[in-house]
Amino acid sequence: MFGLSNPQRFMAFTGPLTPVLWGLAALLLGVGAWLSFSVPADYQQGDTVRIMFVHVPAAVWGLGAYAALGVSSFFALVFRHALADAAARAAALPGAAFTALALFTGSLWGQPMWGTWWVWDARLTSVLVLFLFYLGYMALRASIDDEQKAGRAAAVLGLVGLINLPIVKFSVDWWNTLHQPASFLTPGSSGLDPVYLAPFLTMLAAYGALFAALWLTAIRTEIRRRRVMTLRARQAQEA
Amino acid sequence: MSRRDLDQEPRPPGLRGATRVLLERELDLAWGGGGGPLLACGFFACLTAILPLAAGGDPRTLGPVAGGVAWLALALASLLSLERLFERDMEDGGLDLLALGHLSLEQVVLIKALAQWVAVGLPLALTAPVAALALGLPASLTPLVALTALIGGAGFAFTGALGAALALGAKRGGLLIAVVVLPLFIPPVVFGAGALERAGSDQPVGPALALLCAYVLFAAVIAPFAGAAAVRNAQG
Amino acid sequence: MIHTLTLSDLTVSRGERRLFHDLDLTLRAGEVLALTGANGAGKTSLLRAIAGLLRPDAGTVGFQDGDGNPLDERQARGREVHFLGHLDGLKGGRTAREELGFQCDWLGHTQYGLDHAVEAFGLKPLLDLEVRRLSAGQRRRLAMGRLVGSPRALWLLDEPMAPLDARWREAFAEQMQRHLDADGLIVAAVHDPLPLPTRTLDLGALT
Repeated sequence: MFGLSNPQRFMAFTGPLTPVLWGLAALLLGVGAWLSFSVPADYQQGDTVRIMFVHVPAAVWGLGAYAALGVSSFFALVFRHALADAAARAAALPGAAFTALALFTGSLWGQPMWGTWWVWDARLTSVLVLFLFYLGYMALRASIDDEQKAGRAAAVLGLVGLINLPIVKFSVDWWNTLHQPASFLTPGSSGLDPVYLAPFLTMLAAYGALFAALWLTAIRTEIRRRRVMTLRARQAQEA
Repeated sequence: MSRRDLDQEPRPPGLRGATRVLLERELDLAWGGGGGPLLACGFFACLTAILPLAAGGDPRTLGPVAGGVAWLALALASLLSLERLFERDMEDGGLDLLALGHLSLEQVVLIKALAQWVAVGLPLALTAPVAALALGLPASLTPLVALTALIGGAGFAFTGALGAALALGAKRGGLLIAVVVLPLFIPPVVFGAGALERAGSDQPVGPALALLCAYVLFAAVIAPFAGAAAVRNAQG
Repeated sequence: MIHTLTLSDLTVSRGERRLFHDLDLTLRAGEVLALTGANGAGKTSLLRAIAGLLRPDAGTVGFQDGDGNPLDERQARGREVHFLGHLDGLKGGRTAREELGFQCDWLGHTQYGLDHAVEAFGLKPLLDLEVRRLSAGQRRRLAMGRLVGSPRALWLLDEPMAPLDARWREAFAEQMQRHLDADGLIVAAVHDPLPLPTRTLDLGALT
């Protein structure tokens, strides 16, 4: 892993890897979608169960992206490594997009199941808070002009967020026990019917590959953007 | 005089003197010129007054949410004066001075957060019971409101100081602090309002209070280190 | 007490721009170093790097005592370094007395030094005024009060004379001389030459 901390080597290694990941993501998404529609409808949820194959992996990888962001922030902060900073920056937008997708599909699923677009259940609320963390991170990064300073401030926040997320999650769960008995049908709690395991796992892998592809592409773009900026600055100095 | 004054041991000797000196200055800055705490209490009162106007003054509607609303208003009012906490020292070079004192920057951040707590958290904790009463919370709960607001205010001050340090050098600092800090305010709001709710339904409040204190301690440990890192970053 | 300031292989950048690289320098008690160079050559950045307010890309800033033993950096900076930049850290809404008192208290002062500072910079008539009512020159004199009020061995000054008129420039030069006589060290970024015998480092010529 540390061998890759050199940007040149990173670019050389990920150059051929990125298209492979994109291909893998497309393939898995295709297979996953086909599987999702070929399994029988749930006896309770009907066809809406298929939303779960989009919803749950998005939530899982939205959280996974935050873990990637937090760990990258740690390396950016402790070793002051430019690549780690680029990685943290690159993880934010895909992570926020996955989290937003999870919220959106969650509410789509909730409408027929609960009869309302939004329910303050612990899981949905936790995902919403995760989305708020992403918003704060991106807002901080965008509001400081000096890129190096913006990167380091964002890294501090990313790390603090990483430590704080479990606490916030705990407080939301604690809050939930106070407010409502878990009478709602929550995905996974009643045990997943084995029929649904194949499409679910495929979609989980597909989202993982998709996130990896998005992340690597964004890191590579960021590295290229910085090279261009450096070249421009050098040109300006020589002129 | 030649060597004489260089050889004398300078005052204040160490931690306590420097802590007192900085604390006094911070409190003076918070209270003087503009009266930040009064502003925060005024804002708190306005929020309390607007809720019944927006949601209807029926005690049956207001009563159940009185504790929660008081906590929401408390969290929002705590945000008000955060923007200036580090920025005023950044603008005029005061942070450079603070960085070269006997105390480490971590200690400086801790003291500034404590001053914020005393200057803003304390007056708000005194206002909170009045607001909660006005919203229809039973009078027997008002001591608990003040107590939880006081403890929670420390949590707001520590996490808020961290957010203020992070937002140094940012455009639209005040708004940014709100977006960065409010998600971190969730646990104290949940535990604080939860304590009131439990007390209202005759459940034990001990666990909620313990969790609230635990979060404040956690914030008091994390905020100085993260805040000092953010300040150093903004300085260099 | 700081007796020697040593810079070795010091490299400092601002953003993408490298200001200077591999700077080596030793300054001993009783010496003044005048930093010259065009605007943007890195005078302020070098001062900030010595004060520990700016992290250099490479190289070190070291402090040694009279016997040549290295001092703990954090402690040396927290107890024995003065930094007076363009911004003075004075709060406009507080009185000059409160601000001078706070700055000297915070940095550690002697009563003798404080009285001496008030006398040396003619601060007595200013003390009860709010800082925002002071002129630029008066404000600078007030900020200089902490240099004398709080005895610290190394002074880092960023164009200290700029807002002062001839009379107070002379008075400050006198204080600098006293500081050097008491085995102090001074590094000052300047546009005009200081009225003292100095060593000079031209940062513009380094790159």
